[in-house]
Amino acid sequence: MNIDKVFKALADPTRRRLLDSLHAQSGQTLGSLCEHMDMSRQAVTQHLQLLEDANLVAIVWQGREKLHYLNAVPLHEIYERWIGKFERPRLGALHKLKKKLEGDDDEKT
Amino acid sequence: MKKPDYVYVTYIATTPEKVWQALVDTELMSQYWVGPKSDCVRVNVSDWQPGSRWEHQRLDEARTVDITGTVIESTPPHRLVYSWARPSEADDSSKHSRVSFDIEQHIDGLVRLTVTHDDLERDPQMLAGVSGGWPMVLSNLKTLLETGHVLPRAPHAA
Repeated sequence: MNIDKVFKALADPTRRRLLDSLHAQSGQTLGSLCEHMDMSRQAVTQHLQLLEDANLVAIVWQGREKLHYLNAVPLHEIYERWIGKFERPRLGALHKLKKKLEGDDDEKT
Repeated sequence: MKKPDYVYVTYIATTPEKVWQALVDTELMSQYWVGPKSDCVRVNVSDWQPGSRWEHQRLDEARTVDITGTVIESTPPHRLVYSWARPSEADDSSKHSRVSFDIEQHIDGLVRLTVTHDDLERDPQMLAGVSGGWPMVLSNLKTLLETGHVLPRAPHAA
């Protein structure tokens, strides 16, 4: 898979929010994902398509229902290539410190 | 039909036959299937016939079995399905979850491997365990099949 697509897909707060939503609850339909998003159904569909093209979202069809799953495999590849082999223990400590100082929210606005 | 708990997809530049081989051959598995804490290599041992038992063994002297189950479907090189249980619950099928591997030719030279894990909702602890495990195993598998070796493993944070 093209890693440029993965980074491009991640370079948008809406798409990151969609991934967070799928992490919190996997297998959501478009309708369910739209409930948490303040935008049109069409816009959400377009964001999901980009995530799907980047293989960050996997699709399962159940009858006529399209279910969306967070596919963490490309994220793991990024992690292994740019984080895992470097300073994992120290980064872990820094991450904990940041979370403690800033609170638990993943993305503050 | 229930919703699957996890769906993982990876695209691998290889053939369906090689992906299948990597799922059933302990020699290949020992190169990419590491445990949740990277403490030890694991392999899945079975004759991979429908109805046969399979065991997820640690590749150490004791050959500890962490997970076991029954092969449900075995259609080389396209689909492998097995049940997934703790050894202590192997005889209680109500406690089993289910793993499916679907291997499809995506375009020429590129295989789409989908791993689906179902029936995990009764077991939050197992659900948490496998969610970190599958991406690691699958990205290792992809690297092995595409480059002939896996990425060097970094020590985990405590």
